[in-house]
This record gives sequence, C-alpha cells and structure tokens, in this order.
Amino acid sequence: MKDRRNFLGFGLATGAAVTLTYCASEPAAKSGAAAALEDEGRDQLGKVVTAYGERSTFEKTARLVPDTKTPATSSSRTPLADTYGIITPNALHFERHHAGVPKIDPAEHKLLIHGMVDRPLVFTLDDLKRLPSVSRVHFVECAGNTGGEWGLKTAPDVTRSHGLASCSEWTGVSLKLLLEEAGVQKAAQWLLAEGADACKMARSVPISKAMDDAMIAYAQNGEAIRPEQGYPLRLLLPGYEGNINVKWLRRIKVSDQPFYTKDETSKYTELLADGKAMIFTLPMDAKSVITRPSGGQKLKGPGALEITGLAWSGRGKITKVEVSTDGGATWKPAQLQDPVLTKAFTRFRLPWTWDGTEVQLVSRCWDETGYQQPTREELVAVRGMNSNYHCNVRKTWKIAADGSVTNA
Amino acid sequence: MHSSWLLVCIVLAAASLCAQKLGVGRAASPDEVKAWDIGISPDGRELPPGAGTSIEGKEVYDRRCKRCHGDAGKGGDETALVGGLGSLATPRPLKTVGSYWPKATTLFDYVRRAMPYKNPGSLSDAQVYAVTAYILNLNGIVGASDAMNAQTLPKVKMPNAGGFIPDSRPDTGAGKKKK
Ligand code: HEC
Repeated sequence: MKDRRNFLGFGLATGAAVTLTYCASEPAAKSGAAAALEDEGRDQLGKVVTAYGERSTFEKTARLVPDTKTPATSSSRTPLADTYGIITPNALHFERHHAGVPKIDPAEHKLLIHGMVDRPLVFTLDDLKRLPSVSRVHFVECAGNTGGEWGLKTAPDVTRSHGLASCSEWTGVSLKLLLEEAGVQKAAQWLLAEGADACKMARSVPISKAMDDAMIAYAQNGEAIRPEQGYPLRLLLPGYEGNINVKWLRRIKVSDQPFYTKDETSKYTELLADGKAMIFTLPMDAKSVITRPSGGQKLKGPGALEITGLAWSGRGKITKVEVSTDGGATWKPAQLQDPVLTKAFTRFRLPWTWDGTEVQLVSRCWDETGYQQPTREELVAVRGMNSNYHCNVRKTWKIAADGSVTNA
Repeated sequence: MHSSWLLVCIVLAAASLCAQKLGVGRAASPDEVKAWDIGISPDGRELPPGAGTSIEGKEVYDRRCKRCHGDAGKGGDETALVGGLGSLATPRPLKTVGSYWPKATTLFDYVRRAMPYKNPGSLSDAQVYAVTAYILNLNGIVGASDAMNAQTLPKVKMPNAGGFIPDSRPDTGAGKKKK
C-alpha cells in the first residue's frame, strides 16, 4: 500500500514538472530527483467522482479575451502554444460573434430548407439525428487570422498571431443528403445560410461546396456543440473561412445567385493595392506556425528540446513542413503526426538542440495542390497592404541568448 | 382496370419515395417560409411592400442610429456609413456603404436583419426603406425625395459596383494563376 502511494506521488510530481517549459537536464538533477519521490502528504482520500469533469486546478491556460466596448461583436483567441496534438479542447476553441451568443432550446430549434427545391422542408434536431451521421476532423479559421502579420509590426505571441484558428472532430449530417431530400432544382447555383443569432448572420455558399463535403454539425469533440460554436447546429464548410461556417443555423435558401450579404461585401473581401477587391475568397490557403518555442516563452537553458507547431490548408492535406533555425537560410524537414487529415490541423515536430546563441526559428509548409506557404514579401507584392484577410505568411520567432522568445 | 390503377399507385409511390429518399423532416408551409425569408437578392425579388424617402429616413436615423454611427453617418463609436470615395487605392482606405458596397439591396437586407444593433427587427419595412434612402442620400447616391421601394432599390447604381473581381488565388508561388 505504501509503495503504491509513493508511485502515485511520483506520477503527480512529474506531472507538475512538465509545466516548466524546456527545463534543461541540469536543474532537474539538482532539485528534481529528491522532490519527485516525496509523498507530499497525500494520505487522505481525494475528491469524489463528479458528473461533469473539470481540468486540474493547476492548469490555467485560457482564451485571450480582448478588452472592448462591444464584447458581443468580438473574438477570443485559442492559446495554440498550450495545446497538444491536433485537437483544440472545446473550452479553448476560438470565438467570433457578431451579435453575441444566443441561448437556444434544442427542442425548439428548427432548420428550414427552401427556395429552389421541390419540397421545402423543416427539420428538428431529432430529425437530423435520425439521419446517417458523419464525423470528420477539420480546422475552422477566421479569415482575419494572422492579419497582424501584413505589417512590419508583427504579433508578440502565437495566440495573438494565429489564435483565430482551432481544430475539432465535428459530427453531423451531410448537407448534400438534406438537399437531396428537399430536391434541389437544376438552376440552383448558390444557397443562403442564415443563423438564429440577433443579427441573423447570413452568407452565400456555392452549391458545388454544399454538394461536396459540407455538413450540418451538431457535435464537436464527442459532445454537443458549445453555445459559442453554434449550439445546437452549425454549418461546417471544411477549409472555408470561419465566418461562412454559419453558427446557430436555422435556414438554408437555395437560389440561382449569391445574395451579397454585408459579411461577404463590406467585410471578408480583400482590397488590393489598385482599389479592386476580391470577393468570395472562400478557401483558407496553407499556413504553418511554430507553437513551441514561440513568443512570450522563456527557455531555461541550452540543450535538447522539441520544435513543434501546426500546419493546415483549406485545399487538402499538408504534404510537407520544413523548419529553419537560421531565419530561413537552411531548412530541415519536420515529422508530420499521423494520420495527416484533409483540411485539418497537422502537428509537426523536429527534435533540436539549442546551443544558447541567438537564433531565428521559422516554418513553411506545402499542401497537396503543390502550393507553398509564401513569405510576407511575396504576399504583399501581389495583395498590397490593405487586404486584411487571408494572410498566410511565414512567422519567425527569435530566441535571445537569455532564452527569451519574441517576434522577429 | 383495377390492376392498372394499382400499377399507377405503385409507380407514383415509388417515384415519391425515390424523390424523398428518407422521409425525415416535414413539409414547410408557405406562411412559415414567408416569415423567415428575409434575405434580399441583388435583383430585389424578396423585397417587401412599403417605401420611404431620405427625408423620412433622417428622422429614423437620428432616433435609432445616430447614437452609434454619428451625426449624418460620419461615424462615432461605430463605423462610418458615409464617405471614403476615392480612398480605396490609397494607404488609408475608408470602406463605407458609399465608397465600397457593391449593391444597394445589401443595405436594406442588413439594416432589417441586424440594426439597430441592440433591437434588430424593431423597424417597420417602411422605416428600413427610409433609413436606407437616407444613408444612400448622404453618400450622394439618391436624391432627397427619391422613394426607395421594391422597384427602385435594386436599380440604384452603387459607386463601387464595378470594384469587385473574382478570387484570383493562388496568386503566389509555382501554381499561381496567370493574370
Ligand atoms: C448600439 C449601437 C448601434 C446602433 C444604435 C446602430 N448600430 Fe449599426 N452597427 C453597430 C455595430 C456594433 C455594427 C457592426 C456589427 C458587426 O460586427 O457585424 C454595426 C454595423 C452597421 C452597418 C454595417 C457597416 C459596414 O460598413 O459594414 C450598417 C450599414 C449599420 N450598422 C446601420 C445602422 C442603422 C441604419 C442603424 C439605425 C437603424 C444602426 N446601424 C444602429 C452598432 C449600432
């Protein structure tokens, strides 16, 4: 019995040690070994079983919530440096709302499909859950993510530079199946997707995407979608900019033309240097970023550590990620975590030894269309500085000799 | 005779089964559809009856919008609804209804579905037409006594109507589209 308690105590102590980022072997040898085997007075019984679990009280990572006068039209950001693997915990999935999070009783919620269909139909949540379900892992990324990187004054940490992207396993019904149930007419080219939030957020979706991999999702990472992600129903258009993945979905109207809603004209269009703007720029292009080490962290000293990060593309699978530790002069291929999924976060890793000198870390990726993540100079050359959205440039982190990591 | 009717029934049943494969969900009534059908296409086919002029719209604006969008749409706590013409190709573009929006129908659609911000849906259709006319008039797009309604609004020519081009990505690297 005594032995078993010691074993548990050891487990807890090493668990705590993990929070010391990039602890080099030297301090661990001095203080760690003795501490690791101490019992720390945990002889009493622990907490009893609970109905809905919570994370350890030692874990503090959280979404970054900005200070704003209009929190109902705002966004919170995922702390990507503190997530592991490819799945974003539901409580940390980024948010962007235009009129707050509505409170919706799932028993009352309805989805109307009408317009250019043979049979206008109303579905309840129960109806949808009777239909064949699909589960797929996909990222959702705000079109404005990484927007701070257009300029020369870049974001200081990965939450601020890339935190408007998250990745979940989504479960729901194929939109194609619902549209076939309603009988889409020949002339149909677009559909309007509309939410049940206060501003009835609405976007036009090409019918080709709707009949491809689109889904109506009711679950996220094994549980009902969170209210801030669209409870009880959201549209999921894999790889498309976040805003078009309409949350609190209540209506789909099939049409022969797009609607030019406020959020596909005034916003989410890309103004180029000549004053023309690209419209309906829907897929998110390939992007990668190193999440550890990254801005705001401090390395404890020279030695072995892992460089890791995330790559994703709205046009398919990531095929290759390379990492440079000399600011882009030379590159090494990173390992990609299996399985590599389409339109999903892909975790990459590269074991490395920091020699204690100042270095610049940067990653670049390719997707299965052959597309390569551009440099800032390449993107600015074609889009100018007024584009705001769809910035997918490479991100460089500088490690100073004292181990502090900043934006380069 | 009897058996041929039976055959017709079977064929019809098969056809409808075939059409609605799973039979899940119920038919939407025309009234239900009408109540929710608020999205306005650029040709205005969904626009409701009613009308309003800029003169009427100023009154609505000053009571319901000015607090956030400023006097005469010049911007305040919230975004400006007026101005910015000629700024799009400069280092400081001002994107407003007047300088940037390609379709006038978007203004009616958006104000009716989402404004005023804290009480969306509280304006009558005539008030939405009127405030739409006012914002267009402030931008010099329609006259002060021009009535906006289901016929006139879709015909309004916006200054930046020709300002939008299709997605031309990929625009960098080996696979970049030829211009
Ligand atoms: C309480 C403050 C408030 C009031 C009152 C208000 N608005 Fe707004 N308005 C907003 C906010 C906030 C947004 C941005 C919403 C978003 O993030 O999608 C907005 C956006 C808009 C836009 C889109 C602007 C653009 O260029 O994208 C228009 C047009 C607009 N409002 C018109 C109106 C009109 C007309 C009224 C009066 C009937 C009104 N607003 C009243 C806060 C307000």
